[in-house]
Amino acid sequence: MDHAAHSEVEPVSRKRPPRKSLLLTRKSPLIDIAQLIAFVGVLVWLILAGAQAMEYNWQWYRVDRYIYRIIDGEFIPGPLLRGLGVTIEITFYSMIITLVISLATALLRLSGSVSGRLVATVYLEAIRNTPLLIQLFLFYFVLAPIIGIDRFWAGVLCLAFFEGSFGAEIIRAGLQSVPRGQYEAADAIGLTRRDRLRFIILPQAIPLILPPMTGLVISLIKHSAILSVIAVAELTTQGLDLISETFMAFEIWFTVGAIYLVITVSLSLLVSWIEHRAAIGR
Amino acid sequence: MNDTNPMLEMRGVGKWYGDFCALYDVNLKLQRAERMVICGPSGSGKSTVIRCVNRLEEHQAGQILLDGVELTEDTRNIERVRREVGMVFQHFNLFPHLSILDNLTLGPIRNLKMPKKEARELALHYLERVRIAEQAGKYPGEMSGGQQQRVAIARALCMKPKLMLFDEPTSALDPEMISGVLDVMVELAGDGMTMICVTHEMGFAREVADTMVFMDRGEIVEVGPPSEFFNNPTSDRARLFLSQILSHH
Repeated sequence: MDHAAHSEVEPVSRKRPPRKSLLLTRKSPLIDIAQLIAFVGVLVWLILAGAQAMEYNWQWYRVDRYIYRIIDGEFIPGPLLRGLGVTIEITFYSMIITLVISLATALLRLSGSVSGRLVATVYLEAIRNTPLLIQLFLFYFVLAPIIGIDRFWAGVLCLAFFEGSFGAEIIRAGLQSVPRGQYEAADAIGLTRRDRLRFIILPQAIPLILPPMTGLVISLIKHSAILSVIAVAELTTQGLDLISETFMAFEIWFTVGAIYLVITVSLSLLVSWIEHRAAIGR
Repeated sequence: MNDTNPMLEMRGVGKWYGDFCALYDVNLKLQRAERMVICGPSGSGKSTVIRCVNRLEEHQAGQILLDGVELTEDTRNIERVRREVGMVFQHFNLFPHLSILDNLTLGPIRNLKMPKKEARELALHYLERVRIAEQAGKYPGEMSGGQQQRVAIARALCMKPKLMLFDEPTSALDPEMISGVLDVMVELAGDGMTMICVTHEMGFAREVADTMVFMDRGEIVEVGPPSEFFNNPTSDRARLFLSQILSHH
């Protein structure tokens, strides 16, 4: 090719051509925002119109006292906040037990032991193929009296075993995505199996495991609502109790839903921030 | 253990993947400070041989004796072997989440129970020898392939091995990176390190090897000093291989 001739047609420069403004193009964020506002507007209008049609008496002004009250400058959490506390407690303990069960099951599934793999597989299939509600009844009515635990711990254990079956697959996928060469290199410098897992494999698998694990924590928070059927005093139970007391079904359920939403969304944001930080650290 | 034992002895070693015979009746003897280069067409079992030495692969027939001690399934036996045998991989296999320094000190600290400070000094010493001491704080992803491979050599040396295994250490490198790695290996050989090297670098083999081993289809076809192997290969298979590999040089 003749370079001189080429440059006459179109001068080539190493400088980047100027960026086009996004605001007026078809990909403009303004259009996105307008669509969102229109969508939310229609949604709100539908709810309000529907409530009006059934002549619902909105009493939002009565809701705040069930969240918290301030008496003599003292902060007093209402039933909903106390319920949220219990929900967080349940989630916290369940998640710790879930992690232990997940890791153990994942290692059993990857192990060379036939009985280990069998135990893990039976557990996974049994938990995944039965309704959570039935599992909860089994834990509460059968297991709890046998091993002597209260309804709170029966609920925590049930949730942990349920989520553990999903966590096990997340951890297994994470461990398997670490290249074989890493296992071999760890072997070649004489690390024991435990050290290999602790220093080489887990640190590389955790960044891959973390995002789906957050999803698991979020579903744990949501699934904890089912403990209301065995009357653990968590957020949903408190909501149910309040409605039977006040008959404000709309306000209380919207509030309860919003509280769940705030917790789960802030959790996702926290984790994406942590991931972002970790990515910078590399 | 005494000095009259060969460093490594393989007697009738066989290895199968399913029904496929990867190694067949492999017999080798490696003396102390001996430098052996294994070559052969791809799929000939060269890598498998050295991977059996530190038991990344299990052999299913025959015996492997390292310094007079036979390799068995016993975990303590395997850990001892891996302490004494260093390995360098084709794709470096550095630990990407650890700094260069931590890559080097992990083995000595965890396996040799060496104090951290001592391990650090040892690591810096070997990094200096492979000429990258000033990059100890970096991460593997920030280095070129040649630098990473030199780090991998230093990592293996930090375990103070009696025997070094190189599994095609330059095959994954850009051409301009190869000589830096080979220089380090030549130096190592000059210091009297016992080593087995699987490589296609015939220049390196000529310069360094005491013994050339030629493999094809899972068996050893020829063993001899490089002068004989390169000038008068006895087998047709070796002649064919050499003509193919040397035709472009």
